[in-house]
Amino acid sequence: MGNITGIGAAILRKEDQRFITGRGNYVADVKLPGMTYAVFLRSPHAHARLLGIDASAALAMPGVVAVLTGEDLKADGVGGIPCGWGITGKDGLAMKEPPHPAIAHGKVRHVGDAVALVVAESVDLARIAADAVVVEYEVLPAVVGMVDALKPGAPAVFEDIPDNLCCDWEIGDRAATDAAFASAAHVAKINLVNNRLVGNPMEPRAAIALYERSTGHTTLWSTSQFPHVVKLLMGNFVLGIPQHKLRVIAPDVGGGFGVKQFHYAEEAVITWAARRLDVPVKWVSERSEGFLSDAQGRDHVSEAELALDETGKFLGLRVSTLANMGGYLSTFGPNIPTNLYGPLLAGVYTTPAIYCEVKVVFTNTVPVDAYRGAGRPEATFLLERLVDIAAAQLGMDRVAIRRRNMIPASAYPYQTPVMMEYDSGDPSGCLDRALALADWDGFPARRAEAATRGRYRGIGLSTYVEACGLAPSRIAGRLGARGGLYESATVRVHATGDVTVLIGTHCHGQGHETTFAQIVSDKLGIPADKIEIVFGDTDKVQFGMGTYGSRSLSVGGSALAKSVDKVILKGRKIAAHLLEAGEPDIVFEDGKFSVTGTDRSLKFEEICLAAYIPHNYPLEVLEPGLEEQSFYDPVNFTFPGGAHIAEVEIEADTGTVHLLSYVAVDDIGTVINPMIVAGQLHGGIAQGAGQALCETAVYDEGSGQLLSGSFMDYAMPRADILPNMKIVTHSTRCTHNDLGVKGCGEVGTIGSPATVMNAVVDALSPLGVTHVDMPASPNKLWRIIKAARLAQAAE
Amino acid sequence: MELKLTVNGRKVAVDVPTDMLLVDLLRERLGLTGTHVGCDTSQCGACVVHVDGVSVKSCTMLAVAAQDAQVTSIEGISGAGGRNSLHPMQQAFHENHGLQCGFCTPGMIMSAIDFANRHTEPTEAQVRHWLEGNMCRCTGYQNIVAAILAGTAAMHATASVEAA
Ligand code: FES
Ligand code: FES
Repeated sequence: MGNITGIGAAILRKEDQRFITGRGNYVADVKLPGMTYAVFLRSPHAHARLLGIDASAALAMPGVVAVLTGEDLKADGVGGIPCGWGITGKDGLAMKEPPHPAIAHGKVRHVGDAVALVVAESVDLARIAADAVVVEYEVLPAVVGMVDALKPGAPAVFEDIPDNLCCDWEIGDRAATDAAFASAAHVAKINLVNNRLVGNPMEPRAAIALYERSTGHTTLWSTSQFPHVVKLLMGNFVLGIPQHKLRVIAPDVGGGFGVKQFHYAEEAVITWAARRLDVPVKWVSERSEGFLSDAQGRDHVSEAELALDETGKFLGLRVSTLANMGGYLSTFGPNIPTNLYGPLLAGVYTTPAIYCEVKVVFTNTVPVDAYRGAGRPEATFLLERLVDIAAAQLGMDRVAIRRRNMIPASAYPYQTPVMMEYDSGDPSGCLDRALALADWDGFPARRAEAATRGRYRGIGLSTYVEACGLAPSRIAGRLGARGGLYESATVRVHATGDVTVLIGTHCHGQGHETTFAQIVSDKLGIPADKIEIVFGDTDKVQFGMGTYGSRSLSVGGSALAKSVDKVILKGRKIAAHLLEAGEPDIVFEDGKFSVTGTDRSLKFEEICLAAYIPHNYPLEVLEPGLEEQSFYDPVNFTFPGGAHIAEVEIEADTGTVHLLSYVAVDDIGTVINPMIVAGQLHGGIAQGAGQALCETAVYDEGSGQLLSGSFMDYAMPRADILPNMKIVTHSTRCTHNDLGVKGCGEVGTIGSPATVMNAVVDALSPLGVTHVDMPASPNKLWRIIKAARLAQAAE
Repeated sequence: MELKLTVNGRKVAVDVPTDMLLVDLLRERLGLTGTHVGCDTSQCGACVVHVDGVSVKSCTMLAVAAQDAQVTSIEGISGAGGRNSLHPMQQAFHENHGLQCGFCTPGMIMSAIDFANRHTEPTEAQVRHWLEGNMCRCTGYQNIVAAILAGTAAMHATASVEAA
C-alpha cells in the first residue's frame, strides 16, 4: 500500500457527507424556472388496438400545456427506441427486431405502455388532465406466458411475427453433447422457472429536459447509469439532435441495478416535448408506474440435463430455455438470456460438452432486460440446482460431487466449451474456506436440534463464476453489440498537485468517488481528499459507456490507472529536466521523483507547479500542463467466482423460512476498499435472497395485469428477513489488467438464489422434496410440506 | 389555507392547499429536498421526518395537519455542538458504511433517531424489526443495522455526558 488512503485501505466514503445531511442532488430535486410537469397516460390493457384519443376536455383545462400522442411523435419524425444489441439465431438469421415507438402507436403491447403525455403547470393538474383524456381501445387477447406465446394460434404481439419468436439462439457443440449423453451412466434432470423480478431501485426514474432556443442547446437530466450512451442513442437515433448540442446529466442517482442502464422511451419523449413546447418539462415516475414501465428482470423457463459417469464426473450438459422479452426489445434485452447466460453454464466445472438453446420470446408484459447479475444468476441457479439433484440421485455428497468436477487452480487459464477463457481462479480454495466458515461438518447436529423444535433445517451450497468487466469491444461486436465497451478517464492534475478525475463510468451507490480516488492516491502518493472524481455529465466528461455488468473498476479503473501512469511518465520527464538527470534514472515513489542513488528529489507538487509555470522546462520537447486521457478496452472479460453457503430453518406449521446464516467467499481480484466490497456483497446477496424468498412479479394469465404492481404486493426484502452475512475474499489476480481487479457489484446476486434455494430444498429433503421454484414463500412451502406429510402418512 | 409551523427550528407561514402532503410542502415549497419519495403506498420510509419529535412518513400526512407543529427533516439535525458537526446518528451511518446510493438514507436516519429515543440498549433484532417501514435496496441492511446500534449508543453516551 502506497499510503493510508491507497489500494486496500478500508477508508470511509468521501461521498457520504452530502447524502447523510440531505444534500444529495437527485433528478427529482432539480427545479428550473418556468418548469412544467408531465404525466404519462398508460394503457390499462395488455394488448389492444388504439382506436382514438380525445384530449379535448384535458386541453380545455386552464394550466394544461399540451397532450401529446404517438401520432404527434410520428408527425415530428421521431424515431423508435433502438435496441443496442442484435443477436443471431441458429439459422444464421438476425433476431426479429420490431419497432419500439416511444409512445404507443396503433397498438399497445403491455399494461403500462404509454399512450399519451400530458404536460401542465403542476403535477396535480397533469394528473387530473390525464384522467380526462379519453382513449378508445379495442381490447385484444393477451399472451403472458412463454409456453403459451409459442403455441400455434397464440395472440401475436407483433402482427408480422406470428409465432412471437424473436430469436432461436444456441451455443455449444450439440453433437458432442449428444454423444456425451449417449455414453452416460446417469442423467440428472430438472425443469425450472427463474421467476420474473422488478428491480426497484429506491429512487424512481425521472427525467427533466431543457431546450435553449437561442443557442440550440438541449439538456436532459436523467436517472441514468450511462448518460453518454443515452446522449448517443437518443440524440442520434431517436430525436436527431446533433451531439455537440446535447448534454445529458445523470446527477446523484438512487440505485440502478441495471434498471437504469437502458435508454428509455420516457427520456426521449420528455426531451422531445421540451423542444417542441419550448418549456422545461419534468417527469418523475411514481412507484406503481415504475412497476409498469421499468424494464424487469429474469423470467426464464428451462429444462436441463446433466450427464454423468458412474463416479459422478460431469460428461455433458444440455439446456433448453425460454426467455421472456416482454412487449418490446429493451436496450440490452436480447443479449441477457443469450450471451450473458449460455457462456456461463460451465460454471467452475470441467464439463467437456455443453449445448444450450434459448428461445427468446415476445409476450404482452413489461419488457425484460438486465437486472443485477443479468443472465449469470439464471445460469448459476440452473447449474447449481442441477448439481444438487445429480448428487441426490447418485447418492453422492454435495461437496464431493462439486470437488470431483471443479477446475483445479493449476488449470487456469481455462478454456470452457462455451466460448469463455477464464484467466484466473481458485474455486476449490473458495469452497474450502466457505465450508470451514459455515461449519459445514457441524450441520447434522444443528439439523437434529432444529427438528426437536418442529423446524426443518437445511444447508445449501453454491459455487459460481461470473463473466463481467463488460467488455472486450471486439468480442462484444462479434456477439452483436452495437457499440464499443471500453471506458475512458481523464486525470487533470492542477498546478497545486490536486487532482480532478473525469471518468465515463457512473456511480449510483457503488462508492466510486472513494474507490477511484484510492487508485489515484495509491499511484501518486497523495491523500484521497486531494482527489475529486467527476462523472455523470456529458459536458464535463469526454465520453464513457457507463456503469453496469460490474465494469466500472475493471474497465473504468483500468482507464484511470493508465491515465495516472501517463501523468507519472510525463512527471518523470519534467523531473529529469529539473534534476538534470537522465530520465531512466528518475524513480517515482511515495509522491517523490528522485534520482536513483542520490538524495536529490522533487515532490509531486513541485513537478505539477513546473508543468503549469514552465520557466525552467523542456519546452522544446514537452508540452506544458499536466492532464492525461486514456481509453481502455479490455482484452477479456473478468471472471470473479466463489462459493456461498446458506443455512435456513423452515417452520413446519407455517412454511416460513428463516435465513439464519450466509457465508460468501469470493474471488474478486484485487480489493481496493474492503469496506465497500463487503457493502456490495451485502446488497447483492440481499437481492438474490429476495428472489429466493419473497420477490416475484406475477401477471394474470388472462388479462395480462401485473398483480404484484406495488410494494403492497411485491415483497421487497426487509431488514428482518436477512441475517448478518459473513463476507470473505479469497482472491486471485485478474491476469489481463494492471490492477488485477475483477469486479464485485453482481457476485452477491449471482451466487445467492441458488445457495438459498439449495438450502431450502435440503431442509425439505427428508420429506422427499427435490426442487422448489422461487420464491420459497410461506404459502408455497406450507402446501409442499402439507402434501408431503399427507403422502408420507398414506405410505 | 394559512399554515404556521416550525421547520428545522425556523418559523414558517405558508398558504397551502388543504390536500397538500407534508412531503410536498417540504420538498416543493420549502426546497428541503433531503426528504425523498420512494413509493406511493406509504411503505418505503424514504420520506420519514419528525413531527414534534416523533418519526412520521411525510407522504402519509397532510401539511395542514402539521399546524403549530415542530417539524424536523434531515437538513435540521446536524449542527448541535458546532456548526458543521454531524448528529451522532449521521456520524454512525458514515462510520459504519450504512449507505450506498443515499436515497433511503435521510428516512433511515430520521427513523433511527426516533428508535434511539425509545431504546437505550437495543438488540439487533429490535433494530431489524423497527426497520419494517424503511426499505433499502442497496445495503442488505447489515451496515444500517450496525450504524443504528452504534448511533443509538453514541446518542445515549452524548446524552449522559450532557446530563452529567
Ligand atoms: S414515500 Fe413515504 S413511505 Fe414511501
Ligand atoms: S442506500 Fe440506496 S436504497 Fe439504501
